[in-house]
Amino acid sequence: MVSASGTQKEIVLAEGTYQAGVKDYRATYWTPDYVPLDSDLLAVFKIVPQAGVPREEAAAAIAAESSTGTWTTVWTDLLTDLDYYKGRAYRIESVPGDNTAFYAFVAYPLDLFEEGSVVNVLTSLVGNVFGFKAVRSLRLEDIRFPLAYVKTCGGPPNGIQMERDRLNKYGRPLLGCTIKPKLGLSAKNYGRAVYECLRGGLDFTKDDENINSQPFMRWQHRFEFVMEAVHKAEAETGERKGHYLNCTAPTPEEMYKRAEFAKSLGAPIIMHDYLTAGFTANTGLANWCRENGMLLHIHRAMHAVLDRNPYHGIHFRVLTKCLRLSGGDHLHSGTVVGKLEGDREATIGWVDLMRESFVPENRKRGIFFDQDWGSMPGVMPVASGGIHVWHMPALTAIFGDDACFQFGGGTLGHPWGNVAGAHANRVALEACVEARNQGRAVEREGRDILTEAAKASPELRIAMETWKEIKFEFDTVDKLDAA
Amino acid sequence: MSEILAYKSAERRSETFSYLPAMTPERLRKQIAYIIAQGWTPAIEHTEPEKSFSNFWYLWKLPLFGVRAIDQVLSELEACHRANTAHHVRLLGFDNYTQSQGLAFVVYRAGAR
Repeated sequence: MVSASGTQKEIVLAEGTYQAGVKDYRATYWTPDYVPLDSDLLAVFKIVPQAGVPREEAAAAIAAESSTGTWTTVWTDLLTDLDYYKGRAYRIESVPGDNTAFYAFVAYPLDLFEEGSVVNVLTSLVGNVFGFKAVRSLRLEDIRFPLAYVKTCGGPPNGIQMERDRLNKYGRPLLGCTIKPKLGLSAKNYGRAVYECLRGGLDFTKDDENINSQPFMRWQHRFEFVMEAVHKAEAETGERKGHYLNCTAPTPEEMYKRAEFAKSLGAPIIMHDYLTAGFTANTGLANWCRENGMLLHIHRAMHAVLDRNPYHGIHFRVLTKCLRLSGGDHLHSGTVVGKLEGDREATIGWVDLMRESFVPENRKRGIFFDQDWGSMPGVMPVASGGIHVWHMPALTAIFGDDACFQFGGGTLGHPWGNVAGAHANRVALEACVEARNQGRAVEREGRDILTEAAKASPELRIAMETWKEIKFEFDTVDKLDAA
Repeated sequence: MSEILAYKSAERRSETFSYLPAMTPERLRKQIAYIIAQGWTPAIEHTEPEKSFSNFWYLWKLPLFGVRAIDQVLSELEACHRANTAHHVRLLGFDNYTQSQGLAFVVYRAGAR
């Protein structure tokens, strides 16, 4: 029990003897001498304790409540080897520039978690402990998944290289667009918007996450019209195209039904919202995609509820790691430059966690642990939200080739319509990629590069005129805790 | 606002760089230099236009393993084009680390220019 006054009860769980009562968590769960094993699952929490609660006690309490502990001693503790199973708080660090909070590092033995189940990991690590009264607020900042655990998870059904091979797209980022208005279009009008975008030069279009199967457009009707649009644009342009058919559904049964129908229509990619639908559904759908040769685009509705408050919740880098383990080929990452929240270094940090096979500890990017992904395929980050042609140079510089840039308003809002908007984006993208390959500083020379490209593309010229003044310059709410 | 231009319908494209003006010799050299500088292996493929949607085009000879001279890549591209004037010809950079292609773009489009 956390004793705010610092007084401790004298009851200690004696070797092999049962003594009922409560004792300080730190007696059992604060182990500063512990050296974590390679097989341990490590976590770091940002804790703001209640007044008067020592850091070690708060850290130990978090370790206990997220592993084997409960508020009182129970006789059945003696029937197992709790020293083997308990989580251990093994390190405490101050948060730079903030004396209200501190970081607590906790090591969990691998056997606490079911294999291949981010569901089980999260139920322990962000379960009851987050409502625990001894802490004012609590944030799970990072998890180091041991390689032994990574190897039990399915991961992305295809991965970046397989996606490139399936779609025949090499040496450049991919281009997408979310169809708008996001609610209210009929299936045929919606398919028209898809067709115009794809024939204009985009690789993908996307169902808005809010689109499931509403009265104005039932999913079967949308799937049929959209796939006609995809196939026709492919035949006309000679390029491979796709539309993220949103299979997020009220029940798993319905989700699989929609996925099967998408496959029967020849769709190359489907879509899922992994937080609102849940990790069980997501992992199941990822497994289905792996078995059915289907790419899986992942949306992240609800993430900001979990990750935006700097003092409470789950950092997006944790949600990123969990998605890579659960399975998905695309994941929204933020854009750094668009209308939605995202610090540049922090974004690069979680983009690395999506794509790389090994990501070293790097506090400047908010990464607390080395993370070895072994042979698990990478997830393609998707930059979406308030971006337009003027952002293309920065996006190319920040994300490199293995990313998908999605221009919703930045395609559909072109004065000449979707097809011209799509064309403008594609020209801008290819111009930036060509310039980068030539060794030019794309971000700094962006204006020149786009202006040159626009000479051969009236579509790009008009797009540049339309959006030249639009920027989104608000400071980020969740900043990295910089030293 | 300027007048809306009608979009040219049904224009065939060929993935990367096909929305930019046709490659000039100078621009082509820079992309070859980029492939070589990345440590990728240049390779050349060609196909009949009607079969271009397939994953597998005809491989011209073998990938140009160890070739580091831009002119040598250019001369192989020209040789492939001369021998297959009715075909699309594309240049790839094989990346053996990712086991993928770091870059691929069509250099000669059948029926164009």
